[in-house]
Amino acid sequence: MARAVSTRRKAIFTLAAWTVGLLISFPILWTLLTSFKTEAEAVASPPSVLLFDWTLENYRVVQERSDYWRHFWNSVIIAGGSTLLGILVAIPAAWSMAFVPGRRTKDILLWMLSTKMLPAIGVLYPISLLFVRFGLLDTRAGLVLVLMLINLPIIVWMLYTYFREIPGEILEAARMDGATLWKEVLYVLTPMAVPGIASTVLLNVILAWNEAFWTLNLTAAQAGPLTAFIASYSSPEGLFFAKLSAASVMAVAPILILGWFSQRQLVRGLTFGAVK
Amino acid sequence: MGEIVLESVSKSFGASQVIPPLDLTIEDGEFAVFVGPSGCGKSTLLRLIAGLEDVTDGQVLIDGTDATEIPPAKRRLAMVFQSYALYPHMSVRRNIAFPLRMAKLERGEIDRRVEEAAAVLNLTDYLDRRPGQLSGGQRQRVAIGRAIVREPAAFLFDEPLSNLDAALRVGMRLEISELHERLRTTMIYVTHDQVEAMTMADKIVVLRAGHIEQVGSPLELYRSPRNLFVAGFIGSPRMNFVEGQAAAEHGAHTIGIRPEHIAVSDSEGAWSGIVGVSEHLGSDTFFHVQRTGLAETITVRADGEVGFRHGDPIHLTPRPDLIHRFDAAGQRLP
Repeated sequence: MARAVSTRRKAIFTLAAWTVGLLISFPILWTLLTSFKTEAEAVASPPSVLLFDWTLENYRVVQERSDYWRHFWNSVIIAGGSTLLGILVAIPAAWSMAFVPGRRTKDILLWMLSTKMLPAIGVLYPISLLFVRFGLLDTRAGLVLVLMLINLPIIVWMLYTYFREIPGEILEAARMDGATLWKEVLYVLTPMAVPGIASTVLLNVILAWNEAFWTLNLTAAQAGPLTAFIASYSSPEGLFFAKLSAASVMAVAPILILGWFSQRQLVRGLTFGAVK
Repeated sequence: MGEIVLESVSKSFGASQVIPPLDLTIEDGEFAVFVGPSGCGKSTLLRLIAGLEDVTDGQVLIDGTDATEIPPAKRRLAMVFQSYALYPHMSVRRNIAFPLRMAKLERGEIDRRVEEAAAVLNLTDYLDRRPGQLSGGQRQRVAIGRAIVREPAAFLFDEPLSNLDAALRVGMRLEISELHERLRTTMIYVTHDQVEAMTMADKIVVLRAGHIEQVGSPLELYRSPRNLFVAGFIGSPRMNFVEGQAAAEHGAHTIGIRPEHIAVSDSEGAWSGIVGVSEHLGSDTFFHVQRTGLAETITVRADGEVGFRHGDPIHLTPRPDLIHRFDAAGQRLP
C-alpha cells in the first residue's frame, strides 16, 4: 500500500519537475526553433511549432553579414581574461581573509558584496569618462578590466568560502616545513582548492560571457563580443526575429555546451560547504 | 643541537593574557612534555616556540640565538600536528619529501632520505599512496616521517596521538620514545594525558592557566608534587585529598594520599567506610570507598584478587611515609 502511494507521488513529482524544467527552458527552445524558420514564419500567428519549412538560411545570412568568429574570439578573450585576472587578484585576497582575518574582515567582505547591489548604470558615467581618458573605449583590454572589477567581489567571496574549508593546520605544516608564503600558496593552498577554484572560474566565465550592460555600452565595432553581435540584430523594426534567433543561438551555444559538460563541477561548487 | 630557552615569554590575545611571563629551559636532547588540562596554554606555548604565534613579550632562544623574530620556516624546528596536517593532494613520498624540496636539496639526496625515513617508519610499501588511503596510525607515521627527514634542531609534537584509538596510541607512544632514544634530538611534546607525560618524558612541565605549576622528572612530580594541582593531576587514579581533623593530625590543612598507598583490610585500619563502585582491571581493583567521614569518596588500589562487594564495610590504612602534606594555600609542606 505504502509502495503504491509512493509510486504515485513519485510520478507527480516527476511530472512537476518536467513542467518546471520545460517552462524555464521554453524561451531557449523557442529561440532555437525560430532560428530554423523563415522571417515570415517567425512572426506568423498562430505560430507553427514543428510543421514548417526547416531552413539554415538564417545562419548563413548571419555569418555573412557579421563576422561571427571575431565576436566569438572577443567573447573568449574578455570572459577568459577577466576571469583569469580576477582569480590572480582574488587568491591572495581570499587567502588573507580566510587565514589571517582581522577585525574588519567581515565588514570588508560585506562591503565588497554591497557594490554588487549598486545598479551598474549608476557608475556608467564615471567609468565611461575613465575609459575615454585612458583610451580604453572599444578595446578588449578595457572590457577585461571592467568585467574583472565587476565580478571580483563574487570571485573573492567564492574563494573565501572554499579556503575557509581548508584546515589552517595544513598551511601551518607547510610553514614549519620551510615553505615561504608564496610556496605555501602555490604548492599547498592552490592545489587543495582546485575544485573550488574550478567552479569559481566556470561561474565567472559564464557571468562574463553573458554580461551585456558594459559590453554593449563600452564597445563599438572592434571589441564587441557576442552580446554585441546579438544586439546588432535586435532592430527597432522587429522584422528579423529569425535572424535574431539564429544569432542568439550562435552566441549562447558555446557557453551552454561548456555549462552542460561542467554541470557536476558547477553544482558541487555552488553547494560546497553547505553540507559537511 | 637543540637547546630551547624561553625568557619571560608572554602571550596576550587582545586584552586577555593567556600566558603570563614565564621562563623555561629545555636542554639539548631532552624529551620535554607540556601537560595540563585543556585551555591551560600548553599548545599556545608550543606554537610560540614554533613561531606560528608571535610572542607578545620576551624572547625565544634556540641554541643561544634569539629566534623571536625568525619566521617558523627558518627556525629549524619540525612539528607534528594533532590532525596530522598531511598534504592530501600529494603522495606519501611527496609529503615526506616536501620539507626537503623546500630546502632545495638535490633530487638524489631527497630520494635517499625519503627511502630511509620510510624504512624506519615501515612506510616503504605505502610511498605511492595518498594520505586519504592510509589508516590513522599510518598517517601519523607519515607526519613523523615528514618531520624527521629534515634533521631538525628539535621536534614539536602537538597532541599527536589524541586522534588514535587506545591500542594504537600505546604502540605509537613506544615508537616515539624509541625514535627519541635513537635520534637523541630535543623533543617537546604537548598532551593532556598524564599517562603519556609520565611514560615518555625526561622532563614534565605542568601548566595551568598559562602558569608553570611545576617542572621536573616524572618521578619527582609523582613523589613530591609542589602543590595540590600537580598532586591531583599527576597519577592515575588521582590522589585522594583529605581535610579537617585527619589532616590536622598530620599538621597540615590538606593531606594527599595516592590510591596505591593505602592498605585495605576487612577487620582493622586507621579509617573505615563502605565499598561503593569497584573497578576490576584484573591485575588491580579500584575501590571507591564512601562514608569514611574524610572525603566524599576515597579511591584505593588493591590487588586484583581482593574481593570486596558493593556495600561491604572496609578498613583503610594509609602508608604514613607516603602522605603528602599541603598548607591552606595548597602548597606542599616540607
